[in-house]
Order: sequence, then structure tokens, then C-alpha cells
Amino acid sequence: MTDLTKLTLADAVDGLKAKTFSSEELTQAFLTNIEASNPTLNAYVEVTADKALEQARASDARLAKGEGGALEGAPLGIKDLFCTEGVQTTAGSNMLRGFVPPYESTVTANLWRDGAVMLGKLNMDEFAMGSSNETSAFGPVKNPWKSKGSNADLTPGGSSGGSASAVAADLCLAATASDTGGSIRQPAAFTGTVGIKPTYGRASRYGMVAFASSLDQAGPIAKTVKDSALLLNSMCSFDAKDSTSLDIPTPDWTQSVGQSVKGLRIGVPKEYVLDGMPAEIQKLWEQGVEWLKAAGCEIVEISLPHTKYALPTYYIVAPAEASSNLARYDGMRFGHRAEEFTSLDDLYATSRAEGFGKEVQRRLTIGAYVLSAGFYDAYYVKALKVRRRIAQDFDNVWGQVDAILTPSTPSAAFAIGDKQIDPLTMYLNDVFTVTTNLAGLPGISVPAGLSADGLPLGLQVIGKALDEATVFQVAGALEDAAGFVAKPDRWW
Amino acid sequence: MAIDAATVRKVAHLARIKTPEDRLEPLAQELNGILKWIEQLDEVDVQGVEPMTSNVSQPLRLRDDVVTDGDKVADVLSNAPKSADGFFVVPKVVE
Repeated sequence: MTDLTKLTLADAVDGLKAKTFSSEELTQAFLTNIEASNPTLNAYVEVTADKALEQARASDARLAKGEGGALEGAPLGIKDLFCTEGVQTTAGSNMLRGFVPPYESTVTANLWRDGAVMLGKLNMDEFAMGSSNETSAFGPVKNPWKSKGSNADLTPGGSSGGSASAVAADLCLAATASDTGGSIRQPAAFTGTVGIKPTYGRASRYGMVAFASSLDQAGPIAKTVKDSALLLNSMCSFDAKDSTSLDIPTPDWTQSVGQSVKGLRIGVPKEYVLDGMPAEIQKLWEQGVEWLKAAGCEIVEISLPHTKYALPTYYIVAPAEASSNLARYDGMRFGHRAEEFTSLDDLYATSRAEGFGKEVQRRLTIGAYVLSAGFYDAYYVKALKVRRRIAQDFDNVWGQVDAILTPSTPSAAFAIGDKQIDPLTMYLNDVFTVTTNLAGLPGISVPAGLSADGLPLGLQVIGKALDEATVFQVAGALEDAAGFVAKPDRWW
Repeated sequence: MAIDAATVRKVAHLARIKTPEDRLEPLAQELNGILKWIEQLDEVDVQGVEPMTSNVSQPLRLRDDVVTDGDKVADVLSNAPKSADGFFVVPKVVE
């Protein structure tokens, strides 16, 4: 029998409907693979085997009657910042170790409604603050990919590093993830997987552990563009419990994948050419342009003049929102409470010093600083104004183009420990992805080729607000042209 | 606007994060590095630009002013570090 864990989500759903195999068999195959692989890769922080098999049997019962939803019986991994009722949810932090939500996030509730099976909770950077999964309280995730001729362990990127590593290593059919500055698309690019962040407001933030609320958005990491569309269909919905949720219908995005891109106008922003960018990134980008040209697209050079200010803007806005959001962790009602303290204030400060890791503390400190009296206007309000300039850059080009093509990341995956010395070097990982968070636009990363070292590289397609359809259409064309089939050699 | 150890001490207190004295100076240096990089925003002309706080242009929805949920004392307390008789137990805060 073929290895069921290597199936795409779409093929697995079809196979389940056709009863070629059962959800229990499929789920068991993943659990076996997780058991063998996870001690090395560290992608899952908790495996919910009993719950998974129970859900799988229920799915098989529905499938036997010819019933079932769009994801019926499909085993998925869930990033550990989606609250799952009765299952520990930590957001990769010691602050939330042992936290068992008594409620379900809307995104995961949608998945269970559609019949999905939960294999477990996936590792991530603490509170989604990181680009390498090294800030997790549960230790770093390893990338299943290795550089040619090197045995060094690589990061799968972050913050959704567990999601990306699990999908790349066939430890789930697909996974949920979240993206505040690039946390879906950068790990997808580093692991040869597909990741999409939809338009802000498409997916409900209810039950997602908050980082920066005006930027956070859920999305899938999957093996193919079609799989990512299938999962995004289920994840998105209008939700009265999220005040920024958009009350609009969710289209069937799988219909967009495979549609001709002939006549589409694709923008190539000149500001995304960076000093010192590796030649292979530039080459891949040019290759992407050629593929789309050959598919009948018109290529338009565009200018997004405020691009270089996106990262510094993000590093004011995101820490500011985080310092407000994470004020809730005071050791009183839930989360870690210090044992030893001298006063109430000392209890707050000690609980937070013990519960939060170094990077989270750093960002909360920056956030408190830029929001403090005397600096609020100079930093925070200024950043909000530049943010509007960045969003306006996009508004100004949508008359000329239907979508934008850029690299996903400025490099391939790097080694664990490589970029920990200087936080700024780490922050630069998000240089191509962070603009869409600030502007609220959809962006997808598609694996498009291998670096000279044999590591996956991704191309990003950015679309207009609410126009995921065109994003999927262009991503599908890139996927077809790239014919990316490489898989990591199993060493783990 | 260089940050010194005293500023870090003040900001760490605002953020309610206990920071040992010997960490203040290294943190000040780190934050200075980050803030210096951030200050390139001063190059941008933002004359007359409205601050952008949200990507969503729709007005906030109103709902009917009725009770929609409740009677979940056990759920609410289920993750409390300490609770008793349906209440959170916190250290004595008034002497």
C-alpha cells in the first residue's frame, strides 16, 4: 500500500470519500509517523492521539453513510495559538504552560464542523514573536531540509515553524498557522510548502492568542496551492465574536486554482530589490516573471516607494499592540503566577519575568517605551502615519496591476543559532512579507525552486484586499510552471 | 533619543517585567540599536496623513444589548492559579 502520509489534502479527501482508505487508517499512519519523527523534529508540542482516533472513527461513520463535510476525515495539525477546548494551548510560552481553554477558537471550530481530525498542537515562536522558532519555550523546531553537504540543523522559519515542518515532513496533511509579519509565508518558503495569509478580517481572531491585533491573521500551510485553498475555505467565516471580522461570503477558492492567468497584469516592485540580496533570490524572481510572461501575463514595473519603512513601522506597531494585549498576563486569573514576591506590583513583575522569554520581554519593553508619555507621538503615532503611506503605495498601483510578484524571503533557511546574536538580523527575514500585514492584503508563498545548497525558495504573490481569487490563480500558474516536486531526504 | 539604564528601569516597570540591575545596561544597548534603526522613519513626509489604526474600514457593529452568555463560573475559574468558593484567590493587596 502507498504511504498515506504523502498524499495531498485534496487527494486524501477524495480517497476518504471513495472509501479507498478510512480516516482511522490515515490518522493512524500520521500518528505512527509523528511518533517516529517528532522526538527529532520537535514540530508538535502535544499529540492528541486518542482524540484524533475518536474523531477519525466518527468521520468514518459519517463517510459510510455518504455524509461528511469538505474536510471529512482529514488529519490536520493545529498551531498552538488556536484555543482548543480541553486541550492545552500555550502559544509556545511558559506563561501559558498548563492553560486548558474551556472554549474553541472559531477557526478550529470551523475545521471540526467540516469534519477535520486534530492530530495535535504545533510548536511556534513564543506568542508568535520570532522568525526561526527558537523563541519557543518548548525548544526549536528542526527543518526537515538540510543544506547539501552539511549536517547542520536548519530552522523551519517562524513563527509557524511547527506547522511548516510538520507539513514538509508529512506529519499532517496540512496545518493551521498565523501571520503577523510573515509568520505563515516565511516558514512556508523555508520548507518547500505553500502558505497564505488572507485579507485581514477574512478569518476570525476569536480564540487566537493575540500578538498584534491589527496585524494578526490566520491562514493555512499546505503541500499544494489547491490544498491551501481548500483549507482556507474552511478557516474563513464571518464571526460576530470578532469585531474586525468581515461580514462577507467566503468564495470557493479551489475554483480559482488552475484558471488561466492570460491577460493578468503582474506588478514587479523595484523597491523589493535589496542591496546585498543573494543572486539566487534575484534569479528566482526573474524566473517567476518569465513563467508568468509565458503563461500570458503582462509584466508591469511598479513602485512602492515606502517599502523600506515597513519593517521599522512594524517594529513600533506590533510591539505597541503586544504590550497592550499581553498586559492580561498578570498572574491573577490564568497563566503563570510567581511563588515568591514582596508586594502586588512585585508579583506582577516577577510572574511576567518568569513566564515570558527573552524576545517577548524585549518586544514588550519596546512597546511600553513607544507608548509611554513623551514618546507616543514621536514613535507610535508617527508609525501609524507611515503605515498609511505604505497602504497607500498599494492603493496607487492597483489601477495598473491585478497582482504583485516578489520573493518570499531574502534568503533560504538558515542554521539554528545563526541569527540570534543581533535581533535586527532576525527581523530582516520579514522584509518582503510585512508590507501586506500593515496594509491588510492577502499574500501567498509558493515553492518555486531550490537554492545552490539544495534548499527550497519561495515566491510571493500579493493581491488586492478580498481578491484571494486572483492570488490563488497566479499562485497556481507559478506552481504549474515551477513543477516543484523536491522533498527533503529523510535523515530524522 | 538615547536610552540609558535608568530609562530601561522605568520602562521595565511600566511593562511590569522584573529586570535585574545587571541586565539594564545590556538591554539599553539593544534597545538603542533597534530604536536607531527605527528612527529612519523620520525621513518620511507624513504631513497631513491620518494615523492608520486599522485595516478594516467598516464601522464597528452594534449588537442588541442583551445577555448572550453566562453562568460559567467553573469555566472562568478553571485556569486560575488559585481559587476558592467561586472566587479568584489573590494575595492580600490592602494592608
